[in-house]
Amino acid sequence: MFSRRTTSRVVAALGCVALLGAALAACSSSANSSSGPTTISLMAGGNDPAATKFANDIAHAFHKANPTITVKVDTRPGGTDGDNLVKTRLSTGTMDDVFLYNTGSLFQALHPDQTLQPLTDQPWVKDLTSDFKKTVSTSNGLYGAPNGSTFDGGIMYNKKVYARLGLSVPTTWAQFISNSQKIKAAGIIPVLASYGDTWTSQLFVLADFANVSAQDPNWATNYTHDKAKYVNPPALAGFTHTEQIFDMGLMNKDYASLTNVNALKELATGQAAQYPMITVVISNVVQSNPSQVNDIGYFAMPPDSGDAHATVWEAGGAYIPKSTTGAKLDAAKKLVAFINSPTGCDIQKSSGGVPSGPFAISTCTVPSNAPALVADEAKYQADGKTGLALEFLSPIKGPNLEKILVQVGSGITKAAAGAVLYDNDVKAEAQQLGLPGW
Amino acid sequence: MTRGHRPRVPRLSSEPDEEYIVSTTNTAAANRAADVITEPRVSKNRRTIKSYYPRSFFIPTIVLYVVFFAIPSVASFYFSLTRWSLFDSHFIGFGNFVEFFQNPQLYTSFIHTLLYGVITSGAKVLIGFFLAVLLTGPVIGRGYLRAVVFFPVLVSTIGVGIMYKSLLDPFHGMVNAVLRFFGLPQPGWFTDPHLAIYTIAAVDIWKGVGIATLIFMAGIVAIPREYFEAARIDGAGAWRILREITIPLSRGATATVIILSLIGGLRSFDIIWATTGGGPGFTSDVIASVIYKEYQAGFYGLSAAGNVVLFLVVTVIMVPLTYVLNRKQVQL
Repeated sequence: MFSRRTTSRVVAALGCVALLGAALAACSSSANSSSGPTTISLMAGGNDPAATKFANDIAHAFHKANPTITVKVDTRPGGTDGDNLVKTRLSTGTMDDVFLYNTGSLFQALHPDQTLQPLTDQPWVKDLTSDFKKTVSTSNGLYGAPNGSTFDGGIMYNKKVYARLGLSVPTTWAQFISNSQKIKAAGIIPVLASYGDTWTSQLFVLADFANVSAQDPNWATNYTHDKAKYVNPPALAGFTHTEQIFDMGLMNKDYASLTNVNALKELATGQAAQYPMITVVISNVVQSNPSQVNDIGYFAMPPDSGDAHATVWEAGGAYIPKSTTGAKLDAAKKLVAFINSPTGCDIQKSSGGVPSGPFAISTCTVPSNAPALVADEAKYQADGKTGLALEFLSPIKGPNLEKILVQVGSGITKAAAGAVLYDNDVKAEAQQLGLPGW
Repeated sequence: MTRGHRPRVPRLSSEPDEEYIVSTTNTAAANRAADVITEPRVSKNRRTIKSYYPRSFFIPTIVLYVVFFAIPSVASFYFSLTRWSLFDSHFIGFGNFVEFFQNPQLYTSFIHTLLYGVITSGAKVLIGFFLAVLLTGPVIGRGYLRAVVFFPVLVSTIGVGIMYKSLLDPFHGMVNAVLRFFGLPQPGWFTDPHLAIYTIAAVDIWKGVGIATLIFMAGIVAIPREYFEAARIDGAGAWRILREITIPLSRGATATVIILSLIGGLRSFDIIWATTGGGPGFTSDVIASVIYKEYQAGFYGLSAAGNVVLFLVVTVIMVPLTYVLNRKQVQL
């Protein structure tokens, strides 16, 4: 018969073994490289319903087309938490076999040459737009396939309000202000600010960048080399515009707590007339106010002088990490190609959110029932009045821009002081990236 | 002291005497419980006591401690001296510390940290003490009230943050709806740059005062009843008893509450992140949230340096404070 003491010893020993076992199991990776059926994993571009549904639908359709390959879907948080997760998984060699992530400066921060599989020799590369190629390439090769459509940043506006008040689309900042004052006089919110989601504070600066580029085509290069600064014109305009809208009382009263989704509802219903935004959010209006999607139009950020240029954001990317090899690598390459196949394109249009601009690959086309603001964007494309957003032309984006602009846009600091703060922020990021000359 | 010899005191409550006692009926044990944080250094001869257990029993603890505490601590001191991208790291000496101290938000966040720590700690001591006096005295529904005071402690901080964010929403929140009904001004609790940090401190006090009350109750209950009886016979009023007996004799509990709540306040992060994220702008940033934002931005070396600085700041404040509080206690 066991004494009580022996029993407790056995229990303690078993407990230790169980703990150790659990710890070891967490460390060991599932490295089964058997031939025949392959299982690969796909990391979705976020954990919101649209991103999750898109990844699941792609995985399902891909398995149907390739019955020997099963795709397991993982999600990840969005925003900066997602950035950290992706970096951690890549640096520890535990990244999913295919992952969906941003292009441009966030892609460059992944140290692609060390962490990603080059895809330069893939057959679909020839179908890409040259702008997109730049945003997923380093000097050594191309690493990503497009996922989703491009989109523009500027002002989203309510066409019915504009028609009722007899306003026309402004092409200069002065016209924009005079329109806004007329809208205010009519008892409608002229300009929406939604600092409840801090990222939305950045649009007067980020969406003005095509205008900056138009005035000084070398601005982005100079900025990367520590020669162009936000405290000086033309880039300072974004900060002064943010300040001016607050100072002139042209914003909604609940600017400090309003969220992006609720601001879009106010825009769609005509309670508010204009919203500095990126057009990709039109997917939310399709969900919340489907009958009013086509009341919303788009115009480029009006500059102080010169023609208005639309700032273009490139599509997201699909990448394969270096840690994926052998049969899994072949399967992962098939999956990446599948995203831009005819079936893949259909899934992008149906479950990946509605297209908010042209696609970055010639094999996907914008459907005729796309939201009305896509046609407004196309006009700038046709006139050649577009420019890429700064994050696709320079690897440096300071992490505190949104907070700094919340301060400028809430009257806590002045535009010039905000620009100085942001230049310091940019310097810290450039040093972190190890860029020469900082 | 032995129970049973205690003279009966007329009370409103019908509960038996034993219900007074929170954690223990033994005075010495209660004192120890309240003093556990502030206990003076263990005397040297304690070390010579032979352990009842074989050394091998310590191995699991040591392994866990080394793997999850010691190695990461040493590593973070090292990485605070590097520019670290998770993929590679370059040794840059004290560059991160120089940069951290040049951070334009550092000064304001440092002031916010001190302000926040002092406000929350002070309020928890005051409110906690008077709640403890109330809840150890003869009040109706004492058990219920004790539970009500302690419940916020059991709720997840993030949950509390989200709840208050919706309650205190400037336009759609319940609190401002009530204020609007009475025609009172409706401040932007979390969105007014001058108010945000104080609102967060108030929420923190609401959530944390239960622990302070519990510790004070343990301290007050541990004071021998005879002192109160003697004072009452000598003709002391309630105020005099409070000042001359309750406050001085619960000094151990006071020290514990001050130290626990000040450390908690100085490194407070979760409630701030759940309510304002340090905003609007940077107006409710504390050192911990600045560090977290640097980590979020991918400045891993810089945030490691920030953590080293926070560690030093808390140490510099707490070590002398603990020493002073303990010395006073010994002098009693």
